[in-house]
Formats: sequence, C-alpha cells, structure tokens
Amino acid sequence: MTANTITILFFARLREELDTEQLTLPAEPGLTTGAILASLAERGGAWAQLQGKQPVMIAVNQAMAKLSTEVRAGDEVAFFPPVTGG
Amino acid sequence: MISIQTEDFDPAAEYQRLRDSGAGTGAIATFTGLVRDSGDLSNVQGLYLEHYPGMTEQVIERLVAEASSRWDVRQARVIHRVGRLALQDQIVFVGVCSAHRSDAFAACQFLMDALKTSAPFWKKEITASGEHWVEQKSSDVARNDAWK
Repeated sequence: MTANTITILFFARLREELDTEQLTLPAEPGLTTGAILASLAERGGAWAQLQGKQPVMIAVNQAMAKLSTEVRAGDEVAFFPPVTGG
Repeated sequence: MISIQTEDFDPAAEYQRLRDSGAGTGAIATFTGLVRDSGDLSNVQGLYLEHYPGMTEQVIERLVAEASSRWDVRQARVIHRVGRLALQDQIVFVGVCSAHRSDAFAACQFLMDALKTSAPFWKKEITASGEHWVEQKSSDVARNDAWK
C-alpha cells in the first residue's frame, strides 16, 4: 500500500453486485466515508445503491464507523450489508 | 478463545476443554447453531458464509470482554465456521464457564445475540433454483437491543 492512498473493501452482496472486492482511492484532506460513498455512487448502475434505500454498513480500520468518519492515507475502509452470522 | 474456521468442530471436546480450564467453574453453558432447511427461502440446500478477516475476530474479542465485564465469565470459547456448509452442519459454538448458572446462561445468550448483529459475517442461502444473500432480521436486532 502506498502512503497516500486509501484501500476500499466490499463484502457479500455488495461485493457481488459491484463486481469489486477491493479498490484504491487517493487520500484527500478532510475526506469522509460519506464522501467516498457519494463519489462511488456517481458511477451509476449498481454503484448507485451505495446511496440508495438499503443500508450500507461502514468500517474504518476494522472498526464500525459513521458517514462522518474522516479517512486518512493508509486507512482501510470497508462497505458491507447488515451482518447475518450466527 | 476465538476461532474462525472452515472445518467442523467437536462440541464434546470443546466442553471438556472448558471443563478442564478454569478454577471456580460451577456451570458451563454451551450453544451450538446448525444450518436449517428454511431461512429467508424454503428448500435451502446449504449455506455459504463470508466474513471480514481480522475485523471479525476483533469484534468478537470485544463482545467477550463486554460479557466478562457484565457477568462472572471464567472462560469463553467462540467458534464460527465460514465457507460452504450443508444442511444440519454446525455453524457456531459458544461456550461459557461461570461460577453459577445464571451468569453462564446470560453470557452465552448475550454472546450469540450480539454476534448475530455485530460480527461481520454474511450468509448466502443456496437452493435448487438459485442463491440469495440473507437479510438481517429485525427480530435479531431487537433481541440484541434488549441487552443494552
């Protein structure tokens, strides 16, 4: 991982519907998880669901996060549907 | 101790390890979850379980720590399987040692309820006609909220 990027991971239904397991985005000052979701949703098609009615859970560095959570270079951000284990 | 694994587990051996583990243990509560033939869909033939490696273990560690702060927990064991599972396969095991039954029951049930709504696992049901990602159930969320 280069120092000035953010790794984005997708799991389960989102991973399949976006046909994407992982992508890398440039880090920017003040970037939030909500801003990342908004910019990815602009890609259209299946990506639009990132701002749709279905809830998207967010983790930053493997801890649950909010839309307002700030993201820094080197961070690992994950987006996934509500969990269904057990 | 927490294990996320594809292979099956032996509840009898896990029980014995819990029994051998702790001083002061007067009660052991264990729970084993199995693959059902009806979930969101009927005629389920099996499941595929995905997880977020690393985060899953951290979340369960925190749940065990929370259980230990709320009840007398001498030892806790959580096993969750991932990958392809068939009907009646064992999915999850939770075992708790305590001095008394009420703490053992409560901590065991709390761990299961909390795990279902906060550990990053996702189930996909496999049927003869296709596959379907299971939706989170409001009843599971309500059950977990009741512990707050």
